[in-house]
Amino acid sequence: MRFLPYVVAAWLLLVGLYGIVTSRNLVHAIICLSVAQSSTYILLLSVGFRRGGTAPIFLDVPVGTRAVDPVVGALTLTDIVVGATVSALLLALAVQAHKHHGTLDPERLKPERD
Amino acid sequence: MDLLPALPVALPLLVAAALVGLAPVCPRPVADAAAVLTAALVTLACLALLVISLDGPVVYWFGGWTPRGGIALGVAFAVDPVGAALATLAGVLATAALTFSWRIFEAVRTLHHGLMLVFLAGIVGFCLSGDLFNMFVFYELFSVAAYALAGYQTTNPGSVRGALNFAITNSVGAILVLGGIALLYGRTGALNLAQLGQSLARGPADRLVVAAFLLLMVGFFVKAAVVPFHFWLADAYALAPTVVGVLFAGVVSELGLYAVARVYWTVFSGPMAGVEGLRGVLLLGAVTTALVGGVMCLLQHHLARMLAYATVSHVGLTLAGFALLGPVGVGGAVLYLLADGLVKGALFISVGIVDHHLHDVDERRLRGRGRHMPWAAALMVAGALGLAGVPPFGTFLGKALMEEAALEAGTPWLIGLFVVVAALTSAALLRATGRVFLGLGGPSPGSPSPGGPGGGAGSGAGSGAEPGYRDHHRHAHPTQVAPAVLLLAAAVAVGLAPGITGVVERAAARFTDRAGYAAAVLEGVAGPGVRVPHPPVPLAAPAFWAVLSALLGLGLALAALAPERVPGRLRDGVARVWGPVAATLRGLHDGGIGDSVTWLVVGMAAFGTLLAVVVR
Repeated sequence: MRFLPYVVAAWLLLVGLYGIVTSRNLVHAIICLSVAQSSTYILLLSVGFRRGGTAPIFLDVPVGTRAVDPVVGALTLTDIVVGATVSALLLALAVQAHKHHGTLDPERLKPERD
Repeated sequence: MDLLPALPVALPLLVAAALVGLAPVCPRPVADAAAVLTAALVTLACLALLVISLDGPVVYWFGGWTPRGGIALGVAFAVDPVGAALATLAGVLATAALTFSWRIFEAVRTLHHGLMLVFLAGIVGFCLSGDLFNMFVFYELFSVAAYALAGYQTTNPGSVRGALNFAITNSVGAILVLGGIALLYGRTGALNLAQLGQSLARGPADRLVVAAFLLLMVGFFVKAAVVPFHFWLADAYALAPTVVGVLFAGVVSELGLYAVARVYWTVFSGPMAGVEGLRGVLLLGAVTTALVGGVMCLLQHHLARMLAYATVSHVGLTLAGFALLGPVGVGGAVLYLLADGLVKGALFISVGIVDHHLHDVDERRLRGRGRHMPWAAALMVAGALGLAGVPPFGTFLGKALMEEAALEAGTPWLIGLFVVVAALTSAALLRATGRVFLGLGGPSPGSPSPGGPGGGAGSGAGSGAEPGYRDHHRHAHPTQVAPAVLLLAAAVAVGLAPGITGVVERAAARFTDRAGYAAAVLEGVAGPGVRVPHPPVPLAAPAFWAVLSALLGLGLALAALAPERVPGRLRDGVARVWGPVAATLRGLHDGGIGDSVTWLVVGMAAFGTLLAVVVR
């Protein structure tokens, strides 16, 4: 059980990458990227998890109460914000691609080569 | 004065917010002036930091959260000369690019300037940061701005596709970086680089440490475009607006290398000091990158694409300097990337001038059409010499230091690599210059004719013609030529500055001194700096190699322009080898998003296997 979160994180990364590699639709590829990104959330949270720990809010609990690491929570939150920004920007680019070029297939957006 | 390290990050962010907020009412000249002025101020602030940090790292703790008892509680900027020099380079390039855009980038609104300033702020923050997670945040900040800038011309399918490939591949790289950070935090409970280094130095390089190093290295190598993580680069760099290309080619790729070097020397140099094979692994990446980039550069006819692959190959050369894992190699690599960034910035501006006046950037279609543009021709030739690393360009001194380090490390064959790769990239540029500005060389078979399909302005990706090109003056305006001339002059100044090699060696000694860095950051003790008594670098042999490289480049360029003059047997022999190599490489580089991510996974597996073998 101790390794389960790490296995889940690795699994999410791999399926996300597999999705990106095989994708023929930009929106699908962007969602796969989000899946891969969520592996980092799991990894960060499991790194800071302590069995039996409470939320790290030290307002009305006795001193020395076991709590999970608050830093990883902050890191995950930052990571989620970054991920949302990237997804939003990518989706905006996909919308532009569809508007101007009428396709969401990355292969059909190929420029002419020299 | 205490706030100086925060200034070059805070100021552009504030001005960017103001520019974007006031975009509907802000007249264009005001926005232009504000953006250029801000970029110039950032440059000055970074330059001041560079000078101050020569006497010891400048440490700035956000919110005054200084370390207690040698334990870092807060988040810090730890400015050393190497980081400050890269930040200064970014500032110089941004100032030049914004000045260049003053007259020709008319359709864009002030949103573009806002993005450029956010981009700059992210780069500067990344260079100054002394905290691993903050490095990641600034990395993402400038990357997101870069994706948006790369896809700025949404009407061009190539540009949008390039931006999407750029964004997805680099985001995967960022995920790997974050995974590495998570592993390190799990092991040490620290995010401060100095603290991480202290914690890890207590143990050997076990599996977790090596895995974290692999994830961080591969993640940053994606940004650096080390082969095989480089497949996204050509479309993103070549089809972005010229203004943006200056920064992309000049500094962004180098930031990936800087990050690997910084993380290695502050965090991993303790546990991995005994790993002899690491040098070999990194050198393998460097050689592959340099050669693949150089050959691909020679195969291009699209001028901006040529510069994009020149960037890849020179990233390989710079990585070779870092890969020697010693202060002299690091110093050479840093000096080389600074001068090389200035030269590539100038070259990108020259291509922008050509594009602006002739509405095309394909050397075959442009044959002889640049005869009335002596300025642009002179800039291209000077840039080609700068890429070749001929004295007095700063690239020469950088290469001389790296060659010295290669001799000390017992890898003299690296000198041959430098000669060949510099010759390949300068040959491509000289060939294009001869064709475009002198009308040399017949149209190669199968090349599109000027009026044929794909000719003319704005036709898809073949032309980089940007929307908003309104004026059609036949002569380049001073605000277009001057930034390129100044960038080249700066590249020469770097090479001629008295005592520069000594300064660079001292800065590199500090950069590679983990204990000194940790003491300065965590205890506030600015040590006297390590004195490395090093004999002056001999310059005669490097000068010979540089001139040989330039002549080889010129010869290759002439042979490409007039193949009928080359003796038949030699020509056939070369064609027999060159043809299959060229066809294979071209085929490999024709893929899309899926291919670049596949190669990323393959490359990571390869580097992982190699590391597992050398660490054991």
